[in-house]
This record gives sequence, structure tokens and C-alpha cells, in this order.
Amino acid sequence: MSETYEPKIVAFFCNWCTYAAADLAGVSRMKYAPNLRTIRVMCSGRVDPQFVLEAFARGADGVLIGGCHPGDCHYISGNYKCLRRFKLLKRVVEQMGIEPDRLRLEWISASEGDKLRQVVNEFVAKLRELPPLNLPQRFVEWDKEVAELHNMVAAAEEQQKSEEVTSHA
Amino acid sequence: MPEKPKIAFYWCASCGGCEESVVDLAESILDVAGAVDIVFWPVAMDFKVSDVEAMPDQSILATMINGAIRTSEQEEMARLLRRKSQYIIAYGSCAHLGGIPALANQFSREQILEYVYKQAPSVTNPEGVTPQPRFSDNGHEVTLPEFRNVVRALDQVIEVDYYLPGCAPSPKLLAQAVGALLKGELPPKGSVLAPDVALCDECPRKESKPTEVSFKEFKRPHEVIADPNLCFLAQGLICMGPATRSGCGAACITGNMPCTGCYGPPSRVRDQGAKILSSLCANVAAEDEAEIEKILSTIPDPVGTFYRYSLARSLLRRRVDLK
Repeated sequence: MSETYEPKIVAFFCNWCTYAAADLAGVSRMKYAPNLRTIRVMCSGRVDPQFVLEAFARGADGVLIGGCHPGDCHYISGNYKCLRRFKLLKRVVEQMGIEPDRLRLEWISASEGDKLRQVVNEFVAKLRELPPLNLPQRFVEWDKEVAELHNMVAAAEEQQKSEEVTSHA
Repeated sequence: MPEKPKIAFYWCASCGGCEESVVDLAESILDVAGAVDIVFWPVAMDFKVSDVEAMPDQSILATMINGAIRTSEQEEMARLLRRKSQYIIAYGSCAHLGGIPALANQFSREQILEYVYKQAPSVTNPEGVTPQPRFSDNGHEVTLPEFRNVVRALDQVIEVDYYLPGCAPSPKLLAQAVGALLKGELPPKGSVLAPDVALCDECPRKESKPTEVSFKEFKRPHEVIADPNLCFLAQGLICMGPATRSGCGAACITGNMPCTGCYGPPSRVRDQGAKILSSLCANVAAEDEAEIEKILSTIPDPVGTFYRYSLARSLLRRRVDLK
């Protein structure tokens, strides 16, 4: 692993709590690791497990979900739905060979800018201990076996065509 | 009399059930046979690969290919048929999404060969022979197709025009598809030739689905005798219906078994497994963390359950830490 590896994190933050906390951390000029790509969602309950898997499939090294504390959801129960999905998704992700530490859920309220800072720094440190995930590159590696035959067949067809042309000439 | 349109069938990594579904057309197979020439169908008729190679490119109207793609031979045949056909139809769950064979994407090629040829309880193989792509004996060389690392859906190997979903596709859908082909009334390229709504829409138990499903535990079909009239979800049984396309006529439901998802997701769902996970978890009754984990622990194999037919075409495709 190279020294310069910067983990890419896709963060889904709920509009009412964690996103506001990130805003607070910003206006309070708190410094934290710049590895987040933040996506604001109205509620952590809006985070479809497909979003998480797609983030990994498209190159994220970690996914962070931030929602309101239990009992504080703006929509009453969205964060509980998120918690249950998170619990099972973590098992799925592990079954599929991704380290479960790459997926993290945190309750961070609008006033907890400092908690946000800590969580992000900790998560980045954790991800640095793991090798880069880089799924897009792995998919390319997997498909090399298909490309090989594709090129072989294409070459043979080309050859056949040029032979036909010569024999007709 | 003008020449009849040509149709071909081919199978790759599959069980043969898709071939049977063609025969399941019963007497209407005679209508099909009357309207088209079947020019290649290895399971039923004696044609050779060289016959296909000799056909002019694009001379077959449509080829239905069933089965996932696992070996180099299957890739080669798929490519050949692609070149000879105007339309390629991925026939059945395995060609569509990887199907049951794609569950092998949780293991490496080495693990599979090791188990199947050496460790499986029914195997006697004292010399530990495993298949080799090349073998020579007394100066004679024989070859076998390469066993790939990855199981693929058909459209991960060649361009596919249409998909007929299902394990196996219902004869009704096949008859409709052939009819549409012959009339030239085809939907946009890339369409799945089945209704684009969830199975719940045509489920005979639809009325009994509670507005608020609430799981206190998940049961498995062999553990209970299911009520034949009540929504499976209301009985705590995992039914893939909400994340699965309709078109099968709710065949399993009618046989008092929950849906396992063979028709794949409707068009607006990218990853069937993630979507059913999302739906089921939202409806788990507990709010307390330990209680949630206890309820979810009654699903012993989430990947095998949620991605039973769609692992190859899921977002992750395969266990990502494999070579």
C-alpha cells in the first residue's frame, strides 16, 4: 500500500441532523480529514441499500451514514429503518468479501459538529489500515478473461474474411 | 412460398428446465413449428456447430440462449450465435441475471474444483484428478473448454436484445414473445418481455397483505405449514414478491410457496437483493439494537436468499476479495 493512499468516503447525511452538524463544523472552522464526498438526503431512512452498494461498486473505500439520534427522527421512524437495514446490509457486505468496517452508521445531531469531526477522522484512520478497495479496477481485472477470447475470435474472423476476399479475387 | 423465419435455441450453464419450458408450449408448439424453421437446438435436434458456422451472418431471426456463461466454450458459442442472429434473447433467469449458477460467484474457481472433484461426500477420486484445459497421452492431445473464474449473465458477454425472465419462463410469455417477433411488433431494445410491475400486483393474496407488515421473526418455508390464503409476509415468511417482476402468474404462491425472485427486479430496481433487504428491514418490528439483531439473525443466509437468481447482475457481481 502506498503512503499517499487517500481513502474515498461517500457520506449520506440526513438533512435535519448530521448534515446540519457538518455545516456547524464548517462554520465553526473545525478541521477534519477531507476524504468525504457528502450527499445530503432528507432522512437516513432514505438511504437505499442500493446507494451503499453502488458507492462501493463505483470506487468508494468506505460509506458513512449519518442520521438523527434514536427518538429524534424528523419523520419519527426513518432512523430505525436505517439502523435495521444497516445491520443486515453489513452482513451482506461481509458475505460478499468487503470488510464490514468499511460501512459505518453514526447518530450525529445538529449541535454535534465536534462529534462529526471525530467520527470522520476516526473513520479515515480505520480505512487507512485497510488496503484500497478499488472495485472498478477489480471488475476490469475479472473481465480480462472474457476480453482475451473476444480478441482471439475477432482476429480469427478477420483472418477468415480476408481469406474469403483473396479466394474470390 | 416465402422462406419461414429461422429460430435457434442454445443452452449454456443451465439445468435444462428452460428447454422443457419450450416443450411446455404443448400443442401450441405446433403453431410455432409451423410458423418458423428451427435451425439449431442441440437438446432436441441433431445440428453441428459447423452447420451454424456455415450460415450467413444475421440469417437467424432470433436465438434464445438460456443458461449463465461459465466456460470459454459457452462464450464462443454465444459470440457465434450473436453474429448469425438478428435478435438475441436471454432466455430464463440464468441468461438474464446469472441465476442459480451465479451463486458460485461466492467462491473461487479453485474452491469449487477442489470441492466438486475431491471433497464432496459422494466423490471417489483417489488420484485427485481435476479437469485440465489440455491433456496429452501417447502423443495424443485432447482439450477441454476453460472454466472461468466468474459466472456471467449473457449480457456481460455479448449484446442482448431482449430478456425472457423466469426459472423457467412461463410458456405464455414465450408464446407472446414469439408472436411479437413474427409480427415484428417488438418493444424497445433491452426490454424484459414481462410486465413491469411487482409480483404483488398479480398475487392472489394481495388483499390479505397488511398495510403495516411487522416482522417479529423470519420463518423458513420448511419450518411452518403456511396458511394458503394469507400474504406470506404477514406470516413472517420471506417472499421476494415486492422486489420481483410479475408475469409468472404467481405460480409458486398458488402452490403455497413464497416467491424466490426468479423473474428478477422490475426495471426501476437495479439490485434486487438490496431492494428486498430494504423492504424487509423497514418492516422489522423492533427498535432496540439487540432485538433487531435477534430478529435479523433468523435470516441465516442473506446473500443466498436475496440474490438467489441475480448475483451475477447485482451491483457487486461476485465476492469481491476473489481473484
